[in-house]
Amino acid sequence: MAVNVIEARQINKVFNPAREEQVIALQDIDLSVSAGEFVSLIGPSGCGKSTLLRLIADLIEPSTGELQVNEKSPRQARIDRDYGMVFQAATLLEWRSVRKNIELPLEIHGFAKQERRERAQAALELVELGSFGDHWPWQLSGGMQQRVAIARALVFQPSLLLMDEPFGALDEFTRERMNMELLRIWRETDTTILFVTHSIAEAIFLSSRVVVMSPRPGRITSVVDIDLPRPRTFETRAHPRYHELVAEVREVLRDAHVLE
Amino acid sequence: MKSRSLRSRIQRLAPTLLVAVIFLGAWELGVHLLGIREFILPPPSSILSEFSEELQIFMGASGESILFSAARATLWSAVGGFVIGCGAGILTALVTSRWTIISEATMPFAIAANSVPIIAFAPIMNNWFGITNPASKMAIVAVIVFFPAMINTVRGLTLVDPGQLELMESWAASPARVLRTLRIPNALPFIFSALRVASSLSVIGAVVSEFFGGPRATLGVYITQEASGFNFASAWSAILMASLIGITFYVVVLLLERWLMPWHHSFGEAG
Repeated sequence: MAVNVIEARQINKVFNPAREEQVIALQDIDLSVSAGEFVSLIGPSGCGKSTLLRLIADLIEPSTGELQVNEKSPRQARIDRDYGMVFQAATLLEWRSVRKNIELPLEIHGFAKQERRERAQAALELVELGSFGDHWPWQLSGGMQQRVAIARALVFQPSLLLMDEPFGALDEFTRERMNMELLRIWRETDTTILFVTHSIAEAIFLSSRVVVMSPRPGRITSVVDIDLPRPRTFETRAHPRYHELVAEVREVLRDAHVLE
Repeated sequence: MKSRSLRSRIQRLAPTLLVAVIFLGAWELGVHLLGIREFILPPPSSILSEFSEELQIFMGASGESILFSAARATLWSAVGGFVIGCGAGILTALVTSRWTIISEATMPFAIAANSVPIIAFAPIMNNWFGITNPASKMAIVAVIVFFPAMINTVRGLTLVDPGQLELMESWAASPARVLRTLRIPNALPFIFSALRVASSLSVIGAVVSEFFGGPRATLGVYITQEASGFNFASAWSAILMASLIGITFYVVVLLLERWLMPWHHSFGEAG
C-alpha cells in the first residue's frame, strides 16, 4: 500500500514562457495518488486539469517540479506502458475494425498475432463488447465507442488509467450507465484511475478522492475525501451523505470563485 | 435478397435513365423539327450510327478504325500522364510532409501553380518533346494533375486528429509508424478525391493538348480535322468517345476507392 502510483511535488507548467502570451497553466501542484485509488480532478475549463493529466502521461513536460509515475520518470513509465489513456472523443481509427483498434497498441509494441487476438478479445469482454470485434467503429453508438476506447487503454493491463472527460460527450443516461461500468472495471482490474471531469455529481459518485482545482493560474484548492460506502449503486445517489458531499464540493468551488 | 436489391437498384436508376431518354429524344426531334443543319448540331442518331460504323470496323478484322486508334492513343496519354503526375504528386507530399518546414514553404507555390492554366504550355511541350511524341501530351497531363494530387495528399497527411496523435505518442510509436498507421490511411479519402478530379482532368488535358497538334490518330487532332473537313458526325462521335473515356476512367477510380477503403460509411451498408 506504500506504493504511490503518482507523486507530484511542486509542479509548475508555463506555456510560452518569457513571452507576452505566457500562460501559467499549473502552479505549485502537489498530488500523491496511491495504488488502487480512484481520484477525480474537477474544476472549470482552463484550470489545468487536462494539462496535469498530459504531464503524467509524458505528452508534455513540467517547467519545474518533480513528477514520478510508479516511482519512475513519466518517460520511463510511458515506455513501460504503465498507463492507458482515454479521451473525451473515442479517437478510434475509422479504417480499422473494433478489434484491430484495440490491437493497435499491441501491434506497435511488437506483440505476436496470437497474443494480440487473445488480449484484445479479453479486453472486449471486459467492456462487454465481446461480439463486436468485427464491427467498424462507426457502426457503434457513442457509448459503445467509448467502451472500445477503454478496452484499448486496458489492453496492456496498465496499473494506471488516465481519463480526460471520457463521458463528457455522452447523454445523461448513457453517462450514468458508463459510470457503473467503469466502477465494475475498476474493481475487476485493480487499476488506479485518475479521472478528469466537469461534473460534480460524476466525480463524487465515482471517486475515493476529489481534487478541486481553480483556474488562472491552475492550482489545487482543496481535496475532498469521498467516504461513501462501496460498492456504489444507483441508490448511492439517494444517500444523504452523497448530497452533503455535493454541497461541500460546490462550496469549495464557490470559495475558489469558480461558481458565481 | 439479391434480386430485390437488383430491383431497387433499377428503381433508383430509372429517373436518371428517363432524363437521358428525354434529353436525347428532344435533341433528335429538335434537330429535325427546327431544321438545324448538321454542321451546327447533328442529331444523336447520326452520331451514334457513325460511332457504330467505327465500332464495326474496330471489331472486324478488315481495316483499322481511326477513331478507335485515336481513342487508344489519347487514353494512353491521359493514363500515362495521370500515373506520372499523381504518382509524383503523392510522393512529393509524402517526402515533404516528413519535414513540416518544407511542405509549409512549398504549399503556397503549389496552390498558386494549381490555378495556372497549364494547358497554355502545350505548344512549349510540343517543342520540347516533339509534336508527334505522346510524351508532349503526357507531360501536360502530368503537370495538370500533379498539383491537386500533391495539395490533397499534404492536407490528408497533416489534418490528423490531435487526440490520435497523442495516443500514438503515448504508445511510443516511431514517426515512421505514425506515418504508416495514422497519416497515410487518414490521407486516403483526400487522395482519392484528388484522383477522381485528376481522372477527368487528365482526359481533358490530353484532348486539349492534342488540339495544338499531334499525330492524326489522336482524339484531339481527329476532332479538329473532321470538323474542318465538314464531317461533323464523325467529329461528334470522337467527342462521344472522349466522354466515354472520361466517364470510364472516373468510374474505375471510384471502384478502386471503394475497394481500398471498405470502411468508408458513405458507401452505405457494410459489405
